Amino acid sequence: MIPETINGKKVIPFKGVGKYKPTGRKYAPKISTSADYPLDGNKLVDSLKDALIKSGIKDGMTISTHHHFRDGDLIAVQIFDIAHEMGIKDLVWFPSASFTCHQPLIKYLEDGTIHHIEGSMNGPLGKFTTQGKMKGVGILRSHGGRYQAVQDGEVEIDIAVIAAPTADPFGNSNGVNGPSACGLLGFALADSQYADKVIVVTDNLVPFPCIPWQIHGNYVDYVVKVDQVGIPEKIVSGTTKITKSPDRLLIAELTAKFCEEAELIYDGFSFQAGAGGTALSIGIYFGEIMRRKGIKARFARGGSNKYLVDLLEEGLVEYILDGQTFDLDGVRSMRDNPRHVNTSPFTSYNYHGKGNFEGILDVVILGATEVDVNFNANVVTHSDGYLLHGIGGWQNCLFGKNVILPIPLFRDRIPVIRDEVTTICGPGELIDIIVTERGIAINPLRKDLINKMKNSKLPIKTIQQLKDEAEKICGKPKAIEFEEKIVAAIKWVDGTVIDVVKKIKE
Amino acid sequence: MSKIAETGNCGKEVRSDCKITLEITKSGGLKIEVISKVKPLFGDKIEALCRDVLKFFDIKNANLKIEDTGALDYVIAARIEAAVKILVSTDKEYLFPLIPENNSQTERETNRRSRLYLPGDSPKLALNAGIHSPDGIILDLEDSVAPAKKFETRILVRNTLRSVDFYGAERMVRINQLPLGLEDLRMVVNHNVNLILLPKCESAAQVKQVNDEIKALNKNKRKIWIMPIIESALGVINSYEIAASENVVSLAIGLEDYTADLGTQRTNEGTETFFARSQVVNSARAARVQPIDSVFSDVSDMEALKQNVLRSKALGFDGMGCIHPRQIPVIHENYAPDEKEIDKAMKIVNAFFEATEKGLGVVALGSKMIDPPVVKRAQRTIEQAIEAGKLSTDWRENYGK
Repeated sequence: MIPETINGKKVIPFKGVGKYKPTGRKYAPKISTSADYPLDGNKLVDSLKDALIKSGIKDGMTISTHHHFRDGDLIAVQIFDIAHEMGIKDLVWFPSASFTCHQPLIKYLEDGTIHHIEGSMNGPLGKFTTQGKMKGVGILRSHGGRYQAVQDGEVEIDIAVIAAPTADPFGNSNGVNGPSACGLLGFALADSQYADKVIVVTDNLVPFPCIPWQIHGNYVDYVVKVDQVGIPEKIVSGTTKITKSPDRLLIAELTAKFCEEAELIYDGFSFQAGAGGTALSIGIYFGEIMRRKGIKARFARGGSNKYLVDLLEEGLVEYILDGQTFDLDGVRSMRDNPRHVNTSPFTSYNYHGKGNFEGILDVVILGATEVDVNFNANVVTHSDGYLLHGIGGWQNCLFGKNVILPIPLFRDRIPVIRDEVTTICGPGELIDIIVTERGIAINPLRKDLINKMKNSKLPIKTIQQLKDEAEKICGKPKAIEFEEKIVAAIKWVDGTVIDVVKKIKE
Repeated sequence: MSKIAETGNCGKEVRSDCKITLEITKSGGLKIEVISKVKPLFGDKIEALCRDVLKFFDIKNANLKIEDTGALDYVIAARIEAAVKILVSTDKEYLFPLIPENNSQTERETNRRSRLYLPGDSPKLALNAGIHSPDGIILDLEDSVAPAKKFETRILVRNTLRSVDFYGAERMVRINQLPLGLEDLRMVVNHNVNLILLPKCESAAQVKQVNDEIKALNKNKRKIWIMPIIESALGVINSYEIAASENVVSLAIGLEDYTADLGTQRTNEGTETFFARSQVVNSARAARVQPIDSVFSDVSDMEALKQNVLRSKALGFDGMGCIHPRQIPVIHENYAPDEKEIDKAMKIVNAFFEATEKGLGVVALGSKMIDPPVVKRAQRTIEQAIEAGKLSTDWRENYGK
């Protein structure tokens, strides 16, 4: 099922959780010398095009960008406009995530400016990829997997372009200040450390020093000043608003009740609730429980937004360890509150390090497009076979102590619990609890939780019962047909390939 | 004469529904066009169902277009049946088997604290209504359904009653005002509806008309209760006779229309409706039926809802209508007995058990004799307290210790 090579590179198939042990040493970028850089620290060049030319842009290079502005990114498309204008071909785009705003890149995938994407393939890019139209094979990685791939030398970045809301001419930069403040620049950390050339683009150039320096100028080759670097209002994407749906609120309520009854919420506990509307509501219920019990959380893991910031400011959460700010309240809090700490995929997620803090978390709330009867879950494709989402931090978060997926039992008439998921992104052994509006299933491996909840009045069912219930309501969907051609590969957190996506038969 | 019928709904905001465009042709067989967001997974099943429904109605030549947003089979079939019946006169009904979960009947005393209104024409809401555990779910044929949609909505409501699991909630239908309501009855009576809401009721004669029609239609002789809604000054005056009519189990009040009839505005304090609400409670109690309050329409203000429920309970009401599932827990919690009521009920019920255990025929609390209806009411209070999670089922084990 997993081929030996992808895009001409040898790949290792998934061997099981914690089974693949890498050998050798980390990737090392070339040694630089200050002799090659202006002694006065002024690395400003005239334009992005200038910087790209000076960085030696040419056919086949790997160019990285980041999604700190989420759907408000203004830089990625400009890079490939320039490359196209220069007649450069077969580039690899290595974003930390893609959004709808990157739809214009489809024309460059069609004309060969871009060979393939290693990142996420959302929305229109996902459709394009699944239809087999991309020249190379797309590679999807988690945020931690992206750091791991760069660190291990699986991906060698030729040019990293970092859009920074504030920077100085030396290249020190941050995301918390300036008119386009978006929070933090953690996703660009690996790129700054390991890329051959690093370009910082900013619309708020300050004299040295730019404090805080989330990105160190010592890694930076060129600095470019532009009129606008991103649209910070657009970091509030559709998935980061609290749900008004009564059904989803019910799922959130059941999740919170489960956590309380299973004693997962105790004084000094920690939790991570992601960006989805249901997850946000769960955070609010957690707040109510903590208030009622007179306890607090030691830390909460961001993505942060207003609701999490409120808990921090109320003193119910002692620290927010944040990977990404989801709204402007998150940005403000990160800038002003020393207990709101910016993190990177290195500290929080990287699997090829000396541990990371995901495993310390008590409760982790995640989403999924599908779950199978063995608790394996999918986040990248929908049941119709199309790539639609990136992995984000999802795979990395599976290492939390109690991983909960609050999901509706069906969407429209498509059951979410299946015999087999369309694409495996996470192995079932790491997924503990599925909460739907019609019942809660506990992974049979979690005998402790099953035991604890055996007298609960909550609707505890087996996953098979949930699946049967969904199919009774919706009918059993037909299996989707695929062609043999592989269009994308899903990497596990250790760089092995856990599954592939095939071209859809149309 | 036009031979094209359109039924159902589609559009950006619509989900779990479909739009049917049906044209009956002279030749060429059945041409089915399926446009659906779930086509890769269910397209074949949808097309087969379309064919089956058309075949059932003996339609051999037609062009049928379905624009689907994830409708379940019972919705698709209802939409097609309605389209067929716009074009062709037939008494046949394309019925799915009644799901076993919907075989239940309800009692005169069944809890009716919350009844959730659903527009009859909105299948997405019906599907998940039961998971929010209201006491009753109302499929509305009256105010929430546009006149042009009444015909097809009846068919959809019929199918909903047969196919959708309400997870134990009482299955209710609000029919239209008479005489249109009588046509509604023809479509729902034999499909296991538990209770009919009769809107804008002004006289016992109207209730009798409905009850007679139900009796005439009711093939399986199942219990079908009636909840008249008083929505006018005249209705308030006649409320006792209405409440005392056969098969009436609850008497509800609808305040929007009532205040309009009075020529006044509805306020949160409710001074203007105090008389009507008290009169309805009084009539209902006199007739030994449940008095049920009007809906509270600000769905975002749960604190105001709570205050409204507490006032309503103090006036003597047993329950109220709701228009959003999130109102249900607030309603249940606040109609539930409070600490004082529970304490008193525990004393009485405990005395009753002790008397029974000792073989005594008479229940006494201290020197006071307690009548059987008082015991029964106390038992009911205990049940309600347990349901609301305010008392554990084994409360007697530790009682008095």
